[in-house]
Amino acid sequence: MTGTGEVLLRIEGLTKAYPGVVANSDVSFAVAPGEVHALLGENGAGKSTLVKMIYGLVKPDSGTMTLRGAAYAPSKPGVARQQGVAMVFQHFSLFEALNVAENVALGMQNPPGMRTLASRIRQVSQDYGLPLDPDRLVGDLSAGERQRVEIIRCLLQDPKLLIMDEPTSVLTPQEVDILFQTLRQLSAEGTAILYISHKLEEIRALCDAATILRRGKVVATCTPREKSARDLAEMMVGETLTPPARSAKAKGAVALEVSGLSVPSPNPFGTSLKNIGFSVQKGEILGIAGVAGNGQDELLLALSGEVRTARDRIRINGEGCGDAGPNERRRAGLVAAPEERLGHAAAPDMSLTENALLSGAVRKGLVSRGFIDWAATRAFAGQIVDGFDVRTPGIWVAARALSGGNLQKFVVGRELSQAPTVVVVNQPTWGVDASAAAAIRQALIDRAAEGAAVVVISQDLDELLEITDRFAALNGGRLTEPRPTQGLTVEEIGLMMGGAHGMEVAHHVHP
Amino acid sequence: MFILEKRPTPSRFWMAATPILAVILTMIAGGLMFAILGKDPFVAIRTIFWDPLFDPQFASYSRPQLLVKAGPLILIAIGLSLGFRAGIWNIGAEGQYIMGAIFGAAAGLAFYPSENRLIFPLMVAAGAFGGWVWAMIPAILRTRFRTNEILVSLLLVYVAQSLLASMALGALRSPDGGGFPGSRNLSQWATSANPELIVGTGMHWGVVTAFIAVIASYILLQRHILGFQIRLAGEAPRAARFAGVNPNRLVVLCLGVSGALAGLAGLFEVTGPAGQISIDFNSGYGFTAIIVAFLGRLNPIGILLAGLLMALTYIGGELAQFMLGLPSAAIQAFQGMLLFFLLAVDMLGNYRIRLGFGRAA
Repeated sequence: MTGTGEVLLRIEGLTKAYPGVVANSDVSFAVAPGEVHALLGENGAGKSTLVKMIYGLVKPDSGTMTLRGAAYAPSKPGVARQQGVAMVFQHFSLFEALNVAENVALGMQNPPGMRTLASRIRQVSQDYGLPLDPDRLVGDLSAGERQRVEIIRCLLQDPKLLIMDEPTSVLTPQEVDILFQTLRQLSAEGTAILYISHKLEEIRALCDAATILRRGKVVATCTPREKSARDLAEMMVGETLTPPARSAKAKGAVALEVSGLSVPSPNPFGTSLKNIGFSVQKGEILGIAGVAGNGQDELLLALSGEVRTARDRIRINGEGCGDAGPNERRRAGLVAAPEERLGHAAAPDMSLTENALLSGAVRKGLVSRGFIDWAATRAFAGQIVDGFDVRTPGIWVAARALSGGNLQKFVVGRELSQAPTVVVVNQPTWGVDASAAAAIRQALIDRAAEGAAVVVISQDLDELLEITDRFAALNGGRLTEPRPTQGLTVEEIGLMMGGAHGMEVAHHVHP
Repeated sequence: MFILEKRPTPSRFWMAATPILAVILTMIAGGLMFAILGKDPFVAIRTIFWDPLFDPQFASYSRPQLLVKAGPLILIAIGLSLGFRAGIWNIGAEGQYIMGAIFGAAAGLAFYPSENRLIFPLMVAAGAFGGWVWAMIPAILRTRFRTNEILVSLLLVYVAQSLLASMALGALRSPDGGGFPGSRNLSQWATSANPELIVGTGMHWGVVTAFIAVIASYILLQRHILGFQIRLAGEAPRAARFAGVNPNRLVVLCLGVSGALAGLAGLFEVTGPAGQISIDFNSGYGFTAIIVAFLGRLNPIGILLAGLLMALTYIGGELAQFMLGLPSAAIQAFQGMLLFFLLAVDMLGNYRIRLGFGRAA
């Protein structure tokens, strides 16, 4: 069904402006039936706004869309779904306390009976090689399996166009393979797929065509297979990229030592940490990989001091710190940057100045006798903004007004500007554009070169392979033995991360 | 059609301007209501907002009332606002106010009829302690057993009211009162009296304390790390934990401060304007202060103005009932409008209104 000049969705001159920013300006492209079409662009390039317009979540200011030759202007997602457009979001909208079938039913206009629905879920999951048991609680599923729930929810509507927003960020390499087989099968059956990602190798492997956005405008269209990942990245960014540079250096004494760390998760569907042990030397970067929800958040909380343990479980520069709170650990030299930028690492409605105070008060001496030195705090905030190229109208703006990448630069910059001896970051470049990500990685490397022990928890394997010295993976709250990063193959890493989650379910489904 | 758009950064101008806009809208809508009731809206509005302060006939009586009524409202609201900012909901200030009065009065009456000058300071301390103790009950239950402080503090109001009645009838009943309920008159006993400090202003020690609380709270929130932690805990609880804020400590602190200030308000009331512990001593200041706290946007200066405005509508409302024969329900509706408009225009700080261009669904 592909080719032959037939067009499923045509977009012409779409424009959408928000106060102070044009998210999309005169965007045009077309998707043929069965085509896998990539939307590429840095963060803030306008990809999300564009697909939200196609899915009926946002109304364009001007421009037209045509679906199968007829004018298409969905007023809400329900209308888009009726016309055969489905979307899998980056963040799942699932209820953990309900089972798979119930979650699927909640997303449907007229759900059939539970038994009928369960058998249809089994049918679709079998047809598309997406093993999933409709009776299981979503809270017990891995991130990869949760994504399957979302995909199956879409497939039950028999979509003509499937939009996928960063689908592989939560998957192991093996799970990515399963997903790609499914997507290829869908494409062969004539379903078009609009695929948003900034993992360039994936796009080269999967997509037939790519539209590249920069600052809301289409800057190029290409066939990704014919370009190198580096060409694609440079088209996205509009400048030449330099990969992080690092020099081999002698490691120093052990700065962070964790042994026998077991912590129950504060959240009922979280993952408890089980007997975690590792140590990091000064000047070294330890990478901790793992699929989302395998204990990353809990590990960060335990290291930052937000969750306390027995004193000897965590040692900073030899001193037992397990029972110390966040500020005592900062005093001991440990800084941390949590994954969730808004609400955890930064207070959304507070200014950048106030957010600089949030974690910088102790090490930067911004408070004396309980009173805040606002002048010094403003200077510190300004130093972060200048030093880490945070693009903002000023330090008085609220944290929520910054784009994800800029806020991430601010958060990482705030921690790294405190001359730490131990740095712990979770997902340092999540949702951050290529040039900002490169800057953050370089900053982490630089800090290690200056003698800090760095722990990078990340789901981005390329990132970990690029910057870490040793590599371990979290799987179900357990940490594998750290191994030297150099020489690890993708298959070995996949197995450390636990292989493909939920493969065994396939056997339960059809005994 | 109007469209609301979230502002990237909250507007400082609209944060300050919304209360004024709300008062203007209330005057317009209230004026309409008064007109429908057959009264001249301009006269009614003037009677509520102008006459209590400047009418030659009434002002001499009603002007001092402004501070007498605003003082306890402001003092209690300042304490509540700290907790509300941190997401700690003390709804039981009324009970803490009563307990402050009981503790303070009891501490004083124990020494009757001594003329020792240390008795009044002791009573002040006992009043603050009484409110503090009453607030510690929800605080400890919340930090130890994760009970809901809203329910516990509210229900303790009814316990306090029963205790008040029992005190007025029993332990604190005046031996010289001929068997009538109610304690000795504290304002007529020079040792314990909380008199009007400047004649004709209504200014008493409670009002002075309220002003000091406004200034202290302003400094705390603007300059002190504790104030920053309070704001942070309310706006982003997880970020607060990341910043090293101990949530339990904050619960104890905020409930304790609001309880102590409410207790002080009760003590100054019982030794001054009210004069004695009686069954109906409490007049709802503890609940009205919740409205004052929000009317003042939980900001110390705002609370100062809101307390004065609220007191004015009470005094002016009474005057309007008396002078124009307006039903008391109309006055209450008018006060309700003020709150309604304040909450309605509140979103202008965070949102801007844009005109849609016929693209609406």
